[in-house]
Amino acid sequence: MSDDRKELLRRLMVAEFAAIDLNLYLDTHPRDERALEAYAKANHEVMMARHEYEEKYGPLVNFGHSHSIGKDARTWRWLNEPWPWEVTS
Amino acid sequence: MWLYEKKLEYPVRVCGPNPRLAKNIITQYGGPDGELAASLRYLTQRYTMPIPQAKGVLTDIGTEELAHMEIVAALVYNLLKDASIEEIKAAGLDGYYADHDKALYFVNAEGVPWTASYIQSKGDPVTDLHEDMAAEEKARSTYEWLINLSDDPDATDVLKFLREREVVHFQRFGETLMLVQEWKEGRKYF
Repeated sequence: MSDDRKELLRRLMVAEFAAIDLNLYLDTHPRDERALEAYAKANHEVMMARHEYEEKYGPLVNFGHSHSIGKDARTWRWLNEPWPWEVTS
Repeated sequence: MWLYEKKLEYPVRVCGPNPRLAKNIITQYGGPDGELAASLRYLTQRYTMPIPQAKGVLTDIGTEELAHMEIVAALVYNLLKDASIEEIKAAGLDGYYADHDKALYFVNAEGVPWTASYIQSKGDPVTDLHEDMAAEEKARSTYEWLINLSDDPDATDVLKFLREREVVHFQRFGETLMLVQEWKEGRKYF
């Protein structure tokens, strides 16, 4: 995995982790304005990071939520390796 | 409906083959306080929760636990991947190897298969949330014992992340319990 790809993946992991943690917090504090604001930021960052990663390195989400077909309309990019448990560096 | 995101919640790296450590960590895959039990417990209890906050917390934590199950699987897979037969025998994992090769299977550290009796679903939200808080503490303790046993600093880093999440989940379940109790009082008196 290239350094650029690793760095983009790291950026997405950081953004998504913030979103996960804030999501759980908002489930029990649904009116906390600071948390709502932070979630909106995290949400935006996840979208940006995911879009950039997917443009360069392929789909991240199945079932119609990512562009999984190649630009030549003949390839099923969802199967591109590596799978998450094979990424260890 | 669930979607799969083709990435881990937290990066997994190991220093090298270590079947002894894999044998211990696998308990968080299929053991009594492991991630499969956690995920299925919350996702099945959510149907009878009375308030939206509780339905949300159980759905979201149950979903995050699936991501943790994947992280534990990635740890075990990579600790076993390049292990030799000699290393597997020396680690006492030869019995597991006889049944599963290096495949992932839901067992505890002693090879006992997962069972639904590890979890409960009582229909009483106060009872279920108490179980959930206890479950998070049991999982936190298990991660601490695994950290004590680990001789792989990269694996330890992942175990520490998972340990932290148990602490956060415990906190969220405690808040949910208070909200359910407030709801019950409101229903009684107003």
